[in-house]
Amino acid sequence: RKLRANDREYNRSFKYATNAIKTSKYNFFTFLPLNLFEQFQRIANAYFLVLLVLQIIPEISSLSWFTTVVPLVLVLTVTAAKDATDDIVSTFHNISFWICVRFQVWWCLVRLRVRCEPPNNRLDRFIGTLTYGGQKYPLDNEKILLRGCTLRNTEWCYGLVLFAGQESKLMQNCGKSTFKRTSIDRLMNVLVLCIFGFLVFMCTILAIGNYIWEIKNGSNFTVFLPREKDNKEGFSAFLTFWSYIIILNTVVPISLYVSVEIIRLGNSFYIDWDRKMYHSRSDTPAEARTTTLNEELGQIKYVFSDKTGTLTQNIMIFNKCSINGKSYGDVYDYTGQRHDVSEPVDFSFNPLADGRFIFYDHSLVEAVKLENLEVHAFFRLLALCHTVMAEEKKEGELFYQAQSPDEGALVTAARNFGFVFRSRTPDSISIVEMGNERSYELLAILDFNNVRKRMSVIVRSPEGKLSLLCKGADTIIYERLHQSCSKLMDVTTEHLNEFAGEGLRTLALAYKDLDEEYFRQWKQRHHEASISLEDKESQLDELYEEIEKDLLLLGATAIEDKLQDGVPQTIEQLAKADIKIWVLTGDKQETAENIGYSCNLLQEEMNDVFIVSGHSPEEVRQELRNAQNSMKPDATVNSLLFPEEMGKSVNVIKDEVADGEYGLVINGHSLAYALESSMELDFLRTACLCKAVICCRVTPLQKAQVVELVKKYKKAVTLAIGDGANDVSMIKAAHIGVGISGQEGMQAVLSSDYSFAQFRFLQRLLLVHGRWSYLRMCKFLRYFFYKNFTFTFVHIWFAFFCGFSAQTVYDEGFITLYNLMYTALPVLGMSLFDQDVNDVWSFQHPQLYIPGQLNLYFSKKAFFKCAVHSCYSSLVLFLIPYGALQDTVRDDGRDLADYQSFALLTQTCLLFAVTIQLGLEMSYWTAVNTFFVLGSLAMYFAVTFTMYSNGMFLVVPSAFPFIGTARNSLNQPNVWLTIVLTSILCVLPVVTYRFLLIQLCPTINDKVQHARSPTPPPPPRRARIRRTSSRRSGYAFSHAQGYGDLVTSGRFLRRPAVSWSSGFPQVGRTTTGFSPMGRSAGYSPTGRPQNPKVADVEGTSLQMYRTMTDPPL
Amino acid sequence: MGRAKEKSGPLARRPDNSAFKQQRLPAWSPMLTANTVLPFFYLLSVVCMLLGVWLLLTVQSTQEKKLNYTKHGDCNLCFEMRQNVSNAGQTCSCKVEFSIDRTFKGDVFFYYGLKNFHQNLRRYMDSRDDEQTVGRIKNLKSPSVYCEPFQTVENEVPIAPCGAVANSMFNDSFTLTYHTAKGRDVPVPLLRKGLTWYTDKNIKFRNPKTDNLTLAQVFEGTRPPPFWQKPVYELDPHDPINNGFINEDLIVWMREAAFPNFKKLYGILNRADAPFTNGLPKGNYSIDISYNFPVQYFHGEKEVVLTTLTWFGGQNHFLPIAYLVTSSLILLMAVVLTVAWWKFGKDGKNMKD
Repeated sequence: RKLRANDREYNRSFKYATNAIKTSKYNFFTFLPLNLFEQFQRIANAYFLVLLVLQIIPEISSLSWFTTVVPLVLVLTVTAAKDATDDIVSTFHNISFWICVRFQVWWCLVRLRVRCEPPNNRLDRFIGTLTYGGQKYPLDNEKILLRGCTLRNTEWCYGLVLFAGQESKLMQNCGKSTFKRTSIDRLMNVLVLCIFGFLVFMCTILAIGNYIWEIKNGSNFTVFLPREKDNKEGFSAFLTFWSYIIILNTVVPISLYVSVEIIRLGNSFYIDWDRKMYHSRSDTPAEARTTTLNEELGQIKYVFSDKTGTLTQNIMIFNKCSINGKSYGDVYDYTGQRHDVSEPVDFSFNPLADGRFIFYDHSLVEAVKLENLEVHAFFRLLALCHTVMAEEKKEGELFYQAQSPDEGALVTAARNFGFVFRSRTPDSISIVEMGNERSYELLAILDFNNVRKRMSVIVRSPEGKLSLLCKGADTIIYERLHQSCSKLMDVTTEHLNEFAGEGLRTLALAYKDLDEEYFRQWKQRHHEASISLEDKESQLDELYEEIEKDLLLLGATAIEDKLQDGVPQTIEQLAKADIKIWVLTGDKQETAENIGYSCNLLQEEMNDVFIVSGHSPEEVRQELRNAQNSMKPDATVNSLLFPEEMGKSVNVIKDEVADGEYGLVINGHSLAYALESSMELDFLRTACLCKAVICCRVTPLQKAQVVELVKKYKKAVTLAIGDGANDVSMIKAAHIGVGISGQEGMQAVLSSDYSFAQFRFLQRLLLVHGRWSYLRMCKFLRYFFYKNFTFTFVHIWFAFFCGFSAQTVYDEGFITLYNLMYTALPVLGMSLFDQDVNDVWSFQHPQLYIPGQLNLYFSKKAFFKCAVHSCYSSLVLFLIPYGALQDTVRDDGRDLADYQSFALLTQTCLLFAVTIQLGLEMSYWTAVNTFFVLGSLAMYFAVTFTMYSNGMFLVVPSAFPFIGTARNSLNQPNVWLTIVLTSILCVLPVVTYRFLLIQLCPTINDKVQHARSPTPPPPPRRARIRRTSSRRSGYAFSHAQGYGDLVTSGRFLRRPAVSWSSGFPQVGRTTTGFSPMGRSAGYSPTGRPQNPKVADVEGTSLQMYRTMTDPPL
Repeated sequence: MGRAKEKSGPLARRPDNSAFKQQRLPAWSPMLTANTVLPFFYLLSVVCMLLGVWLLLTVQSTQEKKLNYTKHGDCNLCFEMRQNVSNAGQTCSCKVEFSIDRTFKGDVFFYYGLKNFHQNLRRYMDSRDDEQTVGRIKNLKSPSVYCEPFQTVENEVPIAPCGAVANSMFNDSFTLTYHTAKGRDVPVPLLRKGLTWYTDKNIKFRNPKTDNLTLAQVFEGTRPPPFWQKPVYELDPHDPINNGFINEDLIVWMREAAFPNFKKLYGILNRADAPFTNGLPKGNYSIDISYNFPVQYFHGEKEVVLTTLTWFGGQNHFLPIAYLVTSSLILLMAVVLTVAWWKFGKDGKNMKD
């Protein structure tokens, strides 16, 4: 690919993609033909078209053309209307999307040429060359910005657009946008094919019957009914076959698909309308962006969740602290009760305070104001020991760029309590201490890493005092404390336990004064170690270890990693519903693990949490196998057999049960091996044995791969939830994608199927909406198949009495309207309103969700049951009217056993039977349902009497031959007794069977419904989940190793937008010889500016911390 | 989806708090509990039982006499004769004798019955033209194609009434005679009117507008169906009004039976004069049959049925027995359910979580 800057013509010659992304299908004129073409591609619609053609052939036509045309036109119209609205909506989304990614175009007259790789989806790699002024420069990944990136530390930058629109790496990474179908859809397709098969089979049987009948009887009857053109029996049977295809076509009801669409649409609207999924703070209602996946929400087995922004708000808050044995943060009233609500502390005394920081314990700020030395030392440490960058665009408006939010929270806390970190250079840190500007010389940063779990700085105060300040994981710090603070340790431990118990992330702070001479020596050795070539790391570690000992404890901090509201409860609920939650995050392992604990995913009670972080395939495999073996000690044989099995035909991995509760944490680099085809099954088995799985450091594509893996081998429905552009691939890969419509742009939402503002709404989406949708859809399908089979099978029984002549049992008008009018609304009403238990009970018993995962409500078995039930019902519906009418006359001796009366009686019986069956299915009778049910029956009688009326007959005699049938037979007690009897006989076995099931092996639903009846629903639980865990967090959860190096190298110190020299007055700064060196340092070619040493000034010195004899107030 | 909300403010997009949208519509949630199901079953069983017994008694109170005359006595000769199509023009009559043990009280209905005659074949049933029989002149002259092959005869002369149904009309006629104990023969008067549904006689079947023409003139230019000996306007020689498409025998025949075995009303006992004022007295009877309708083609049988009726219709034991059987089935189910409930479900052990 070649590009030239500002050379439009040249660039255009390549036809690169524009930045617009188009997904709409139709325009105004193409809509009708395209849409019709598309609709007839659907197998069902095509089938009905064929039927219509068949009906036009008079020899075959057993039904009038309108019995097929009316439903077909209706179905096509409804579907077309729906497609049209969908298309309009998606166009609308496109426009809004386009606006938010618009680039600002800068003209610059530079002659640049770029050659680079063609568009691809690799986010971590880029190769290209830039030619400028005859000079070639390499371009790599460091030098490109991806779509969706946010600029930090700078307001603008020059760039050249390389890929746009669909070709951008992000869009390439989105994965293919495939049309999602639900498992019910797929099952339905299979069933429809089976029904086709059955239809052909039945018609063949009936055609054979016709052949035999024609030979035995029909040939004798030709006197009365001569054969057309002297056709032979064989040909007659052939015609009969097609005639029966037409008559029995109602087993594949055309209205099925359109009804399913309507139900899904309705249930999607419920999601849009749900107030309990509306987030008032961001004014965001939930949105069902796809209207075709609802029932799948009730079958989710695996949830793949992003972490940042999805589980957490990604906001850290300094919540509590313990200083010198005194705990701050909780507010007590006079009676010693803990307060939850009180006035926040007023920080107005501090002009540099951050207005967003809120703290409730007034005693801490009083301690600061009273110049309590320990408290001052505590905050001074927080202000000095970190790797945060400060940016001051206007005086007094400080912005911290913290690489980890934890550090940001700590430094912000110090800032508000009067120890404002203001700026740093590679060699110094300048802070404002209670209004006095002071600059500390930064002598060394002993950086964080995963093993050390602590960081230290060595600073020299303006007074010349040399000290080491350290913060880190409490366990690590405690090992390095001086014996003299053992008493303080005990008290602080108590506080730490308390903090950790509340799910807060704790850090211990300690310091130590250094001897000038010792430090000089140490510094020398440090320098030597850092330039040594071999074993540098361990040498440095030893040095750090040496100096970080005999520390003096200052206290501890507790940071709240603000999870979104209700996340632990939601996860607990989902876990109870047997939904497995996998967290896939780009974060580091510690962070992920910590979040896992704080949101209840990982638990202290778990038998073990396996951590897979191998760097080679063998290591990873071994780690996975080990984990497997310890979870299922008896499964070793199994796993040995595995490679052979796997080679050929492992399509589905069954669920296994581990002997305990386990968690799995796997690292991105290990995951790369684990996802290779040779190991993926091992990985999947191990992961599925665990209760919780966390994958950290994963790329967007890996997220999608994990989802695909589960989809491939587990016959389970997956859901992916995320908020960022990096979740898009996963959202598209999963059966259902959910986007959190939050801060991180709209990418995730736009590719999602459902979106809402908060993770906690997921439980309502699944446990309430999903469950109901699934339940309703299944009830609908079961009932729909039942009523159509019953309707159709009667024809088969009648065939034996009418010489297999393809005579229908019912009036043609009834056949046309049965699905459209008489039975459509009641079943739609049921599928839109039915609830087995209400939402409160659904939350109370998350186990109610499990039947959906197991596909219990609608499966091939359930379908078969439906068919058998229909078979029985249709037999009753044929034989009882047959017996009752055969040889019977009216009470005035006139005809009642005629075909028309029989047709009317049978169809009335049928309608009553299926309506009563519907009543049995329905467990939630709203006024609307009742109206629909009774209204449909009333409608039946109204329409029937109208169609059989004199007027209609006299207008078109041939279309309404049933004139008078209703009046003449529905006034007979005989007829009504028959209707009652068929109704009783149709319902009897159903009620008996269900009652027995409830008594003998009640399902969870029955139990809940049983429990529901006597007691009102319990109030929803509001109790906060308290972790009793004694686990404490490691240090700096989202801290990166090596950040300290960057700080001291000065590479990351960017020039603030407003220059200090001009915008920042020198007044008000207690000059201690400090000048904004950092700035110039940032631009110094060496990266090591000469920093004038701060003169030793007397005054408060660090050493004073430790001699606390009299306790603070 | 494309709804434009007029509201603005912080909660502009908040969904409405209506019971419908929040799925909180008040509703009744019935359940299958022992308290509802078991009493219902027992009650239903009792109701069905009572109904069955009542129906059975009602049906038993009717009287019925069936006579299969297909090959009965001298009718066998006619049967043989009708086997040969060439004899179709010849008349044949025979006599069937029978006796009644108990008086048929009340109205007595005379039916003819056919067995194994499929009036319910699709092509047979379609082979008629309702527009013609309702008296549309246009269809009288050019009947519907559905009547094929009985639409027209040679030279496109239309058939009236057209179609296979009309063509195959039952054309046996019966004369019932009562042989009194004193040896006197009293012809039993049969009403040959009021045999059809009101709607059939008055709306579905109408003669073409006569406009002062005689029926014969109206039907001029048409032919009777090939199997008919008489044209449609001469079907009833005794009653000129009962001719044309509104002839009751034709209407009765044209109401096709649902099943291959059926009976159709032929006449009703005229109880105006003695000795039939109370019904059909017991004694010996004979029926003179003009044996025209051939049944041997379809292995059929012919019969006559004399019966009295109740509010429940004729003597059909199916429904009473079905009700009694259903009643005992329900009772059986109810007992099974009670046992199941008593043993398993009563203490709610299974219902515990």
